[in-house]
Amino acid sequence: MGTVEIRFSALPAHVRTARLVAAAAARRAGVDEQLLDEIRLAVGEACSRAVGLHRRGGLSAPVIVIMGGEDKRFVVAVRDSLGDPSGLSVPDSGGWDDVMLGLAVLRGLVEDLEVHQLADGAEVRMGWPVP
Amino acid sequence: MDLTLDTRTLGDRTIVEVGGEIDVYTAPKLREQLVDLVNAGKYHLVVDMEAVEFLDSTGLGVLVGGLKRVRAHDGSLHLVCTQERILKIFRITGLTKVFPIHNTVEEAVAATD
Repeated sequence: MGTVEIRFSALPAHVRTARLVAAAAARRAGVDEQLLDEIRLAVGEACSRAVGLHRRGGLSAPVIVIMGGEDKRFVVAVRDSLGDPSGLSVPDSGGWDDVMLGLAVLRGLVEDLEVHQLADGAEVRMGWPVP
Repeated sequence: MDLTLDTRTLGDRTIVEVGGEIDVYTAPKLREQLVDLVNAGKYHLVVDMEAVEFLDSTGLGVLVGGLKRVRAHDGSLHLVCTQERILKIFRITGLTKVFPIHNTVEEAVAATD
């Protein structure tokens, strides 16, 4: 299917756009319709987390979402620019409840979930099967 | 779709009808509404989520915050929700043990804490 990449300013309003694009790309990739709600929610959670990190860190860099098919999977990678060394760690202050709940939703929802350290940030990578 | 909010009184309960999408962008509106109600002395709330189309962890956080606020005044916060995709989010976060969740507004209003 090739890839779809979006980058957006770390504004809460754009998270919805990212969700909608992810659902559209997943449908295009042939993912089972029943998984689309899950993908919408998971991508929203990962993007909300990235937006929150950027805003707390005062970063002007965009959040990047890369979507594509690989090995019978639909993969979405959400990249932040914070270089969070422990991946899905909880920040020291602010939004504790939201962050904890966000992690609980992501972990409860997505079986195929990895966090990678990048040179200039972290990447939450999620995958879903394509029949 | 954006968030819609509507409140009405039923007996000693205040019903908050929520519609549309509750996410990182719209959740502050819901938080503001719940805070305003508590500040106005409304401590027994029923949040009707039947018209909610999307809920994420930010929305959950606002509901948990609302629950904490009403409990500080010996109040209550009941939810009305029958949509499986929304209930699933409460289940995976363990919040079904925290919130009383009802099938109808009438059932929620009749419930005692």
